[in-house]
Amino acid sequence: MNYLIDILLIAVSAALINNFVLYYFVGICPFIGVSRQIDMAVGMGLAVTFVMCIAAFLSWTVTTFILIPGALLSKLVAGFFVSPEAASKVDLTILSYIVYIFAIAASVQFVEMYVRRFFPALYKSFGVFLPLITTNCAILFACLTIMSHVAGVDNPADAWDLGRALTLAFFGGIGFTIAIVIMAGIREELDFCDIPQCMKGPAITLVVAGLLSMAFMGFTGVDSGLKKALKSRSVKNAALEMKIENYDVTSVPGTARAHMKNMIASKEHPCLS
Amino acid sequence: MKMDKQPTPLERFINGILPENPVYRQVLGMCPTLAVTNNLKGAMTMAGAVCFVLLCANVITSLIRDLLKPHLRIVVFTLTIATFVTIVDRFLAAYMYQMSKQLGPYVPLIIVNCIIICRCEVCASKQPVITAAADALGQSVGYAMALASIAFVREIMGTGMLFGFRVLPAVWPDWVIMILPPGAFLTLGLLMGLVNFVIMRLSSTNDKHAGGTA
Repeated sequence: MNYLIDILLIAVSAALINNFVLYYFVGICPFIGVSRQIDMAVGMGLAVTFVMCIAAFLSWTVTTFILIPGALLSKLVAGFFVSPEAASKVDLTILSYIVYIFAIAASVQFVEMYVRRFFPALYKSFGVFLPLITTNCAILFACLTIMSHVAGVDNPADAWDLGRALTLAFFGGIGFTIAIVIMAGIREELDFCDIPQCMKGPAITLVVAGLLSMAFMGFTGVDSGLKKALKSRSVKNAALEMKIENYDVTSVPGTARAHMKNMIASKEHPCLS
Repeated sequence: MKMDKQPTPLERFINGILPENPVYRQVLGMCPTLAVTNNLKGAMTMAGAVCFVLLCANVITSLIRDLLKPHLRIVVFTLTIATFVTIVDRFLAAYMYQMSKQLGPYVPLIIVNCIIICRCEVCASKQPVITAAADALGQSVGYAMALASIAFVREIMGTGMLFGFRVLPAVWPDWVIMILPPGAFLTLGLLMGLVNFVIMRLSSTNDKHAGGTA
């Protein structure tokens, strides 16, 4: 249950609250360059989402099994050369940036080959966007975020698993798609507006993006509210179960609620810590 | 860009500052431009980091330009850049820990900063070392000035301070929106409009002068 809540929170946060484009400013180049028509924007958004998932999978795997200190593969390989204690301390995180860039370039290349072989129509509609994705900061940003949650945590138990990493990548991509499609819709209308000559092009796009970003700020706090609601529900369920175990089921209604309130007050339930 | 007449190193240096300013004119390298400009100190650190990476990457690319294979060049550029970015990142983490925390993921994101790849592709892979270095310096100065102008507006309006010192009187109601993400988009958009306006004015008066004297 807690795991599902975690996944849901990561998804909502990546797609809406901390939108990659409008909150973290990554992927601005395609956001400004490829947001002239809605269908192109949809294609770009989907391509980015797809590559982001693959790159997230690769970077999570590489980080967990090779890069972090005490990772499985590096420990095994280093074990042939040095003592086991030294081998479990081998820290390759300094290589992470180069490895991620390689992973992204490779996944873009593979996606391009795969799509060209099996979906020629889709390949034609993606056109030049696919190779451009290699230098899309949003993808590297997703990899770095995953790395900070795998290698940067103090407690190994807090490290993200593959499900969380893929959720972040997929919904981050969806958030990018939402932002770029809204932008394309606005820009199609902007073509009919009388804009001062000096504001035409990127300048007015940036101002519109500022207004959009302000609108997306309205989502701030949704995650904490959602967390509170979901966790209190799960606490309620736990309390009900406890009640059935420990108390007379036919006791006065409201006991469960009172019990839950007591638990919240004393903060004894593990969900609340 | 202009391949018909080769600009001298000095011209390339000057070109980078205003006529081909990476932020205002070419609209490149937007992520750090928007993300780190809520205070001047962070913006200047970022400009320094970009300057170092751009200079080193341009020089290395220029030195190996005869060995480059056309279909592999982008990969070579990105790996060169990634190496220097790792150096900068470790340096910042060692000597300016607070700043490195504040800049966060935007230092590694220099790897995919389009300015650097663009300069490697357009200039360094075709020109000798001196020209490439002058080009890198010009672009870096232009980039630093653009970052400084945005950070100046955002910090002074958002907090009433510059480099952490109070400059506006205390009656100034801090426009918190300016240091939040929307402020970055608005400031950059309006400044870009202003720069376009000034350049259009300048070029139209130049045209008039040229027409008058001819």
